[in-house]
Amino acid sequence: MSSQFEHQSVISGIGQSAVGRRLGRSAIDLTTEAAVNAIEDAGLSRQDIDGITTYPGGDNLTSFGYAGPPPSQVIDALRLEPNWFQGSGELPGQLGAIVAAMMAVSAGLARHVLVYRTVTESTAQGGGGRASVYDPDGAAPPNVMGWPRVFGAPSASNWLAMLATRHFHEFGTTREQLGQIPVACRHHAGFNPVATYRDPLTLDDYLAARMISWPLCLFDCDVPVDGSTAIIVSARDTVPELRTAPVYIEAVGTAFRGRYTWDQQPDLTQMAATGAADHLWSRTSLRPADVDTAQLYDGFSILALIWLESLGFCKPGEGGPFVEGGARITLGGELPLNTSGGQLSEGRLHGYGLVHEATVQLRGRGAARQVPNARVALVSNGGGPIAGAMLLTAEPPD
Amino acid sequence: MSATRREVEVDPLRHRERFGPDGENDFFWLSGSDGLLRFWTCSDCGYRTHPASGVCARCLSRDGGPQPVSGLAAVLTYTVNVQRWVADQEPYVIAIVGIDEQLDLHLTTNVIDVDPWAVRIGDRVEVAFLHRHDLYYPLFRLVA
Repeated sequence: MSSQFEHQSVISGIGQSAVGRRLGRSAIDLTTEAAVNAIEDAGLSRQDIDGITTYPGGDNLTSFGYAGPPPSQVIDALRLEPNWFQGSGELPGQLGAIVAAMMAVSAGLARHVLVYRTVTESTAQGGGGRASVYDPDGAAPPNVMGWPRVFGAPSASNWLAMLATRHFHEFGTTREQLGQIPVACRHHAGFNPVATYRDPLTLDDYLAARMISWPLCLFDCDVPVDGSTAIIVSARDTVPELRTAPVYIEAVGTAFRGRYTWDQQPDLTQMAATGAADHLWSRTSLRPADVDTAQLYDGFSILALIWLESLGFCKPGEGGPFVEGGARITLGGELPLNTSGGQLSEGRLHGYGLVHEATVQLRGRGAARQVPNARVALVSNGGGPIAGAMLLTAEPPD
Repeated sequence: MSATRREVEVDPLRHRERFGPDGENDFFWLSGSDGLLRFWTCSDCGYRTHPASGVCARCLSRDGGPQPVSGLAAVLTYTVNVQRWVADQEPYVIAIVGIDEQLDLHLTTNVIDVDPWAVRIGDRVEVAFLHRHDLYYPLFRLVA
């Protein structure tokens, strides 16, 4: 077997809790639901789980539903006895927790790691949206998010709107082009029974939507939801014991290049995605043309567009023409994008909905939204200075 | 450097967060008391490191401190915030400006005293300080 650490792990199980707007359920309730579903999906029992990790860890209540429960709470709730555990947000993207689990497996510390990402932002924000969890006369944290916040930019929509403005300026990208991403995501959500928003969305609807932060409108922003996703990462030599055909990890991209800020990068049309993408392709002989479906981080539509460029599906600056008309990124096209509806329509599961969907597709279980003969899937997470990527395959590496 | 630089009289933001303190960049938020914008500047190589971290990011010298710049800059990118994060807030401009003296030195800021929808990339701007919450926020006006 290959000595590449990625090849020593598989994704053996996936599970989701209920996902939706203002479910009014606690983070630990949703997390244990997803975890039990994933363990069962893998054909394992909780006694088999000897590792546990999450992004970002910390505290659910003080983070206004951004963090799920810390591993300590899940360990106790499920009476787990892990040989290794960790919760951290200081990682290359949200899927960095999956990479950490793979490292624990390849280091021999664990055989079956429960990885989860839980959000209860919809319930935490209540009916008031993000404004309800923002003290506009408070003290901004003295960190990379604090610098823009004191200038009336409390939301990532502001920070990434400036990325979009610069991209529009340098390359002639248009709202009509960018809007194809949320339109395609909504189309795909129509085939996903658990997606949060499933009604058709037209480009005209998009162009008429209220502006949030020019040039980003309501439909450029993902949908805060409550929900938990669980992924079981298992040692590859356990495959014979598994219930379901596993998904293999061909390569990860974890490198960081540039400035870890939202506003100091020399090229304001790029983000940390460039470093992570280059690193990923340096660890595999597969190429962008081999990818059957892309599940790219779409916390905002512009992020998915920049990821398309960074990952080499098109050249830098050509994301607009690449998605123009929408056919290429829609089911039936050459690169179906975010086939569950993505965060823009399925809901903001913070990267893990995309990992879940890549696994569904590679198992051939996408039903009405299945990409025919999907064998290779690319998943990316993060925006701005946050970035991580994984290349997943249906067949074992080597 | 303009000795006659006007302070900002009306903040386009109804509310404004404070920054820090963080023990390293507190000078930045007080610098405008005399109308000058300052960055941590290396005494050995002259490079401006922002945010300040006690060390020159280019040559690793620890010998440096706040030094003024002209306050002139160019709009590198911007957004017009429309969403009402707070009640009754009118649209305003958030911009990233590039400081004239050093190409890779950016500030997120507000461009003020202008129709928010009239700001464009490449616009020349000059710092104007807003005194609020006992801090001096470096905002920018279009250069006439």
